[in-house]
Amino acid sequence: MSERNERCWESAEFRDLLRVHANQPESLIEVLQKTQDLLGYLPRPALEAIAQALRVPLAKVYGVATFYSQFHLQPRGKHVIRVCLGTACHVRGGEKILRRLSEVLGIAPGETTPDRKFTLQRVACLGACGLSPVMMVDEVTYGRLSPQRAVELVLKYAAADEQVAES
Amino acid sequence: MSIDLESFKAMKHELEERRQAGKARRTVIVGMGTCGIAAGAQQVWAALRQELNNRGLPIALKKTGCIGICEREVLVDVVDEEGRWTYGDVTADKVPAIIESHLVNNRRVDEWLLGKVDSPECPYPDMGFYRKQVRRVLVRCGFIDPESIDDYLAWGGYSALVKVLESMTPEQVIEEIERSGLRGRGGAGFPTGLKWRLTRQAPGEIKYVVCNADEGDPGAFMDRSILEGDPHAVLEGMMIAGWAIGAQEGYIYVRAEYPLAIKRLRIAIQQARDYGLLGENVLGTGRRFELKIKEGAGAFVCGEETALLASIEGSRGMPRPRPPFPAQKGLWGRPTNINNVETYANVPAILLHGADWFASLGTERSKGTKVFALTGKVAHTGLVEVPMGMTLREIIFDVGGGIKGGKQFKGVQIGGPSGGCLPADKLDLPIDYDSLTAAGAMMGSGGLVVLDEETCMVDLARFFLNFTQSESCGKCTPCREGTKRMLETLERICEGEGDPDVLERLASLAQTVKDTSLCGLGQTAPNPVLTTIRYFREEYEAHLGEKRCPAKVCRALLEFRILRDACRGCGACKKVCPVEAITGERKEPHEINAALCTRCGACVEACPFDAIVR
Repeated sequence: MSERNERCWESAEFRDLLRVHANQPESLIEVLQKTQDLLGYLPRPALEAIAQALRVPLAKVYGVATFYSQFHLQPRGKHVIRVCLGTACHVRGGEKILRRLSEVLGIAPGETTPDRKFTLQRVACLGACGLSPVMMVDEVTYGRLSPQRAVELVLKYAAADEQVAES
Repeated sequence: MSIDLESFKAMKHELEERRQAGKARRTVIVGMGTCGIAAGAQQVWAALRQELNNRGLPIALKKTGCIGICEREVLVDVVDEEGRWTYGDVTADKVPAIIESHLVNNRRVDEWLLGKVDSPECPYPDMGFYRKQVRRVLVRCGFIDPESIDDYLAWGGYSALVKVLESMTPEQVIEEIERSGLRGRGGAGFPTGLKWRLTRQAPGEIKYVVCNADEGDPGAFMDRSILEGDPHAVLEGMMIAGWAIGAQEGYIYVRAEYPLAIKRLRIAIQQARDYGLLGENVLGTGRRFELKIKEGAGAFVCGEETALLASIEGSRGMPRPRPPFPAQKGLWGRPTNINNVETYANVPAILLHGADWFASLGTERSKGTKVFALTGKVAHTGLVEVPMGMTLREIIFDVGGGIKGGKQFKGVQIGGPSGGCLPADKLDLPIDYDSLTAAGAMMGSGGLVVLDEETCMVDLARFFLNFTQSESCGKCTPCREGTKRMLETLERICEGEGDPDVLERLASLAQTVKDTSLCGLGQTAPNPVLTTIRYFREEYEAHLGEKRCPAKVCRALLEFRILRDACRGCGACKKVCPVEAITGERKEPHEINAALCTRCGACVEACPFDAIVR
C-alpha cells in the first residue's frame, strides 16, 4: 500500500475495473470510489481513462470528483485521521483535539504530512455522538477522547509503522 | 434453490420454536455497534473468546447491535437460567472476573451489573433512562445478532411480509399505512401512506423504492443504529413498500461514513437473497424484487431527496425544483418512493399489529414513537425511543438524567442544522412535528443536543452556518451567497465586531434565505440563526455591546488569568504554552502575558490545580 507505483493507473486491477463498468455512466461514483480504494487518490490519467471507458465527458468526471468530499485529486497519507466536529463533539471539545493534532503533526486540517504518513481531516459527524468527542483513524473509531489521548493514539500508529519498517 | 411461501413459513416457525426452547441457554452477548466498538468491544470480545476457550466452557458467544445506552459501553449480557443480565463499562480486564464469578461460580458481579433485562420494549424499567421509553422500532436492537437472518426470523421477523403476500392487496397495505398516521421520520413529516399512494397511482411500468440512509445531520445516529442493529427490519419495510407501490427494484443510499452499517446491510441483502426474499421469484410468488446499496461519497445535500436521486444516477448531488415530485418523476425519470430508514423500520410492525396499535401512541397529528439521539451536555447520552408528544423536559431530565456535572440547563438543539435551539421556557413543549415547527425548530431526523451554560449560542449558530455553508451545493443563489454572508456576520460577532444594527440585518437575511432557497438545505439553514436570535438575543447583545462572551467560548473575547492563590508554581502551564506567554519561577505563582497569549487554552487543560481562569 505505502509505496504506490508511479504509474499506478496502468495496473491490471484498474483496467479490470474499467472493463467491468464499460459504458455505464450511472456507475461513475462507484468507479471513482473503487479507483480511489485501488490507487489511494484520483490522478488525472485515471480520470481520463474512466471518462473514456464509461463514456462520460471528462468535465463531468471532474465535476463529480470535486463535488463529493470523499474524493481526492492529490495523494493522501498512509493513515487518514478524521476528527469529528459534529454538534455533540463541538460542544464537548472536538475543536481542541483537532487543534492539538494539527500542532503535533505540523499540518493544517485537510493537509498531508510531507512524509505522507498522515492526512488530517475534519468531518461533520461520525455518528458516535454518545461517546463524543470522537475521531476515526482509517476505519477505526475512537471515543471519549481528550487532546492528550488523541495524540497518544496517533503516535501509536506512527510507532507501529516504524516497527514494521525496521523488521 | 427456490423457497416458496409455505416452506419459508415452516422454516420460520421452526426457528421461532427453537428460540423459545433455547431461551435459558447460557450465552454471552457483546454490544457491537459503532459505539460499542469505539469504546473497545473488539478487545472485550477477544478476551471473552479466549477466557471461554481457556476454561473450556461450552457457552455461545454472540454479538448484537446497540441497545441505546452508549455512555455505558462496552455492554456485555450474560444469559443464565434466571434471565439475561447486563454488565456496563466492561473492559477486557474485567472479563475473567465476570466469567469466573457469574458463569463458573454462579455469583453475579453486582457492582458492575447494570440490571436484569425485563422486556425488549423496555429493557430496564428500574433505570430512569429506560422507564419512559417505548421501544418499538428499536425492539430488536441490542437483542438479535444483526448478521443473522435466522435470529431475525426467530424474533418474528418477516412475519409482516408473509402476511402481506398471503392475505393483503397492495391497496389494503396502503390503506393500513394511511390509517396508522405514520409520517416520514426523516424530518419533514410527510404522510407515508399518501406518498405510497401517489407513487402507486403514478403512470408507468417501472417504479422504484429508495431508502434514504444518508444520515448527515451532525448529532444524529438513529439510522446508523437501526442499520447496524436490525438491518432486516429496514429491508422488510422496503419489500412491503415495493410490493404495495408495484416496484421491482430498490436502492439503499448509505453515507460512506457508516462502514459497519454498509457491511451489515450487505450481509442482510445476501441472506435475504439466499432465503428467496429477493430475486426473480420472491417466495414463489412469481414477482421480482431486488435491492442494491449505493454508497454516498460525502455530500450532506444528498440527504435531500432529489439530490439523492441525482447521486444514485452517478451525477453531482444537486437538488432540482419540485414538482415534479419523485413520486411522479424520480430515479431515471420513473415514479419513485423515497422514505427514510426509521420510516421503513416502522412499517413491518404496523402491518403485523395493525394501524390502531401504532396510533395508540402519540398525539393528534403525530402518531407512534420517535427515536432520538440524545447527546451533548446531558448526564445519560444514547439512543432513546419515546412516544410522540412527550415533552422535552421529560426526555432531557427523566430519560437523560438532567445536565452533566450538575450545571445549568441552557437550551436544546433539535433537528440538526435544519432545526433550532429552544430555551428553558420551551421545555414543556410536546414533541411532535407541528409544535416544533411552530416554535421555529423542526423534528429533523431526531438529533437532540443538550446545551449547558458553557455553550455559547452565537458560537453554536456560527458552527451550524459553517457546516451548511460548506455543504451548500451552490446551485441556487440565496443558499450559496446567503449562508456565506450569514457565516461572515456571525464570525464577526464572535470576534466582538459588528454594529448594533447587525442583528436586524442578519435576521432579515436569514428570513430571505429561508423563503427563497431551492431545497430543504437552504430553506432550513437559517433556523439555527433565527431561533438563537429569537430565544437568546441577550447573548448576541453581550457580544456586540459589552464585547463579552457569557459562556466564555469565543476566544477573541476571552482573557486568561492565573489565580495567584491557587497556583502552586508547578510549571505545567509554562511547558505547554506554545507561544511562551507564561512566566514565573518554580513554586511561585506564574503569570500570563496577555499581549503574547493566543488564547489557545492549552494551559487551562494542563493545570492540575484549576488555577487558570477565563
